[in-house]
Amino acid sequence: MKLYDAGKIIPGVIIFLLIFLYPLYSNIGGAAPVPKPLLPKPAVAKQCVLPTAEMKAQHMQLVDNWRNWVVRDGKRIWTSPDGRAFNMSLTNTCMRCHNDKEKFCDQCHNYLGVKPYCWDCHLDPKQKKEAK
Amino acid sequence: MLETALKGSKKYWLWLGFLFGLHVIGVIIYFGWQWPKGLMITGLGRDTSWGFYIAQFTYLVGVAASGVMVVLPYYLHHYKKFGRITVLGEFLAISAVVMCLLFIVVDMGKPDRALNIILHPTPNSILFWDFVVLNGYLMINLVVGWAALSAERKGMPTPRWAKPIIYLSIPWAVSIHTVTAFLYCGLPGRHFWLTAILAPRFLASAFCAGPAILLLVAMIVRKVTKFDAGKEAIQTLGKIITYCIILNVFFLALEFFTAYYSNIPGHMQHLTYLFAGLTDHATGVWHGTYVPWMWASVILMLAAIVVLVPPKWRANEKVLAFGCILVVIGTWIDKGMGMIAGGFTPNPMHQVVEYIPTGKELMISLAVWATGFLILTILFKVATTVKEEVEA
Amino acid sequence: MAFNRRQFLKVAGLSTALGLGGKGAFELLWPGEVGATELATRPRALHGKRWGMVIDTRKFKKPEDFEVCTKACHQAHNVPYIKTKRIEIKWIWSAYFFQAFTDQENAYLGETNEGQVLLLCNHCDKPPCVRVCPTKATFQREDGIVFMDFHRCIGCRFCMAACPYGSRSFNFGDPRKLNDQAINPKFPSNGDFPTRTKGVVEKCNFCAERLAQGLLPACVEASRKHGSGGLYFGDLADPNSEVRRALRQHFTIRRKPSLGTHPSVFYIV
Repeated sequence: MKLYDAGKIIPGVIIFLLIFLYPLYSNIGGAAPVPKPLLPKPAVAKQCVLPTAEMKAQHMQLVDNWRNWVVRDGKRIWTSPDGRAFNMSLTNTCMRCHNDKEKFCDQCHNYLGVKPYCWDCHLDPKQKKEAK
Repeated sequence: MLETALKGSKKYWLWLGFLFGLHVIGVIIYFGWQWPKGLMITGLGRDTSWGFYIAQFTYLVGVAASGVMVVLPYYLHHYKKFGRITVLGEFLAISAVVMCLLFIVVDMGKPDRALNIILHPTPNSILFWDFVVLNGYLMINLVVGWAALSAERKGMPTPRWAKPIIYLSIPWAVSIHTVTAFLYCGLPGRHFWLTAILAPRFLASAFCAGPAILLLVAMIVRKVTKFDAGKEAIQTLGKIITYCIILNVFFLALEFFTAYYSNIPGHMQHLTYLFAGLTDHATGVWHGTYVPWMWASVILMLAAIVVLVPPKWRANEKVLAFGCILVVIGTWIDKGMGMIAGGFTPNPMHQVVEYIPTGKELMISLAVWATGFLILTILFKVATTVKEEVEA
Repeated sequence: MAFNRRQFLKVAGLSTALGLGGKGAFELLWPGEVGATELATRPRALHGKRWGMVIDTRKFKKPEDFEVCTKACHQAHNVPYIKTKRIEIKWIWSAYFFQAFTDQENAYLGETNEGQVLLLCNHCDKPPCVRVCPTKATFQREDGIVFMDFHRCIGCRFCMAACPYGSRSFNFGDPRKLNDQAINPKFPSNGDFPTRTKGVVEKCNFCAERLAQGLLPACVEASRKHGSGGLYFGDLADPNSEVRRALRQHFTIRRKPSLGTHPSVFYIV
């Protein structure tokens, strides 16, 4: 079988491969290390608002629900399944214990290439300290 | 059918290349400046929060709605003379709606959240309905235009299922511009727009500007392809344009009467700002950048009436084309420049803060227009090639 | 029934789309509530059916009487100071009497005309901004406060066109970058409150976050601390609140009453 228009097809296929395989070959050798989020010391907090496994899987939905309950429903106090009451706030609750954004939050987010926009508005603990 | 757009003369490709170049410049400015820095690169401000982008959107919704002016006579009243121009009207409507949607996107503060309109539908908001009717109209015209054209290519009559959709497109076209007018004419604090006649004014302006653009484009198509929409179709279109430009100027005059005879400051101030300039009571500073433009618009529209009314002049296609150019420029200044800025100036506290679009804002706008014309050119290439095939 | 290749492909394609997209759509549209047990307000929170404010213009004489209010508000809410007036952000500000009350333009008012009036969002009972918002990012709470969900705002600025009072500001750029460091060095000034981001509209929120802690709005507290005390705040639905008392004792006007917005901010003139 003869390949017609080979002069157009072969360069076309090569350009296609160059473009679509870019994410693979541009990252060769640069495998990022497994993220090691730094947990707060036991003196600060022993247990997050929910068990660790649940937080790992669902903290995005939890934060999303919190913001709707605070902003749209005007409710600010949330009680965890194990009966502890918390103020629903990223800066003032979550980051009171997880107070280093680079060493905790960014570890996994950077590894996964996720860019949550929370901190476009909400202050991280460093900015909160400077504000005082 | 799209493959017919891939074969064209050198002029065709040069024209597409030129439009695409403008489009790329706009994309670079939008993503290079407006996306990272925000709308501060425009001339918009706290007082004039909508400006050139939304003004272009408003003008183009009118152009899109004007498709009904060729669809209604042909499909509802079997005016055979429009048989060849309807698909051009539908394709013009498609490219106009695409431009409208693009102008909305470039005007939004957070376009990445655009889906919120669908996730949180709010029927009491006119903007929600504008989203619905504009996208619906786009779908209708795409489906109907394409179905009618492919049927014609295969030598078949327009498919039966398309007929009810075509009938639907007639009130739908009126609705898109009525809903757009409703964006403005229900706002309690904006007395320039708070008038029941805003929707009729918009429709009158649309039904002269849109057909005028269609007529000019049809003449260009006749020059560069073998497709002729027909002398009678062009003349009838000319009659429609003449009546509607008279209505448009009449409605404008009505606005002047109500404002100045009632002597109510809230109503007068915006017209005074546009046509004579206004002094801010607190600062004593006079602003009147729009004055020469607005008078030019009125003169152009009156000249268009003078040129288009005498039947013998209108019968001369060169004069008719000239009249259409006057209509397009005059109505564009009226709607695409004066309508929005005039509504916001003076602001609710009667302060005069003038809005002047910036260069980048104008360039992005030009790029959106170029994108629309790019789509228009490709669609027209398809339509004219198919029709030439069929007539051969 | 003849089942040809075209029909087979249509059915296969549709089933695949529904199968793959269906689960995803379910999770997107009905995410379910993670860990929802009880939700509550703070014990000290102030509750009301219709929050309102009465501004005694006679107590606002000197520029500082206004400044303590505007500074307190803008500092409590991390409102940036933007040098370019065209794109400034202000939640509370002052303007001439004839600018605040455009229906009362009167050349013979003398001193009143030269005087300034404190202006802010009126938290209307029939707010046009809420009517026009396409995403309910601007909405009316049960306590009457016209509140903004900055997470949902798409920045269409329809609310700014709808507001008859000019109370709304848009973030034409990133407020953290636009803030003039020379004039407003302590920005953000309130570590307990977020800033906003470019592309969203903002306005006075009647200090809902302070009410939730049992505190009065920042402007009210500041004017009392300063000694001028021209602001009354309370529940218009409660006949014994200080606002109702003030309304009984004084003649008050509202801005642009003929527009049917029913503002909750009253002015003693």
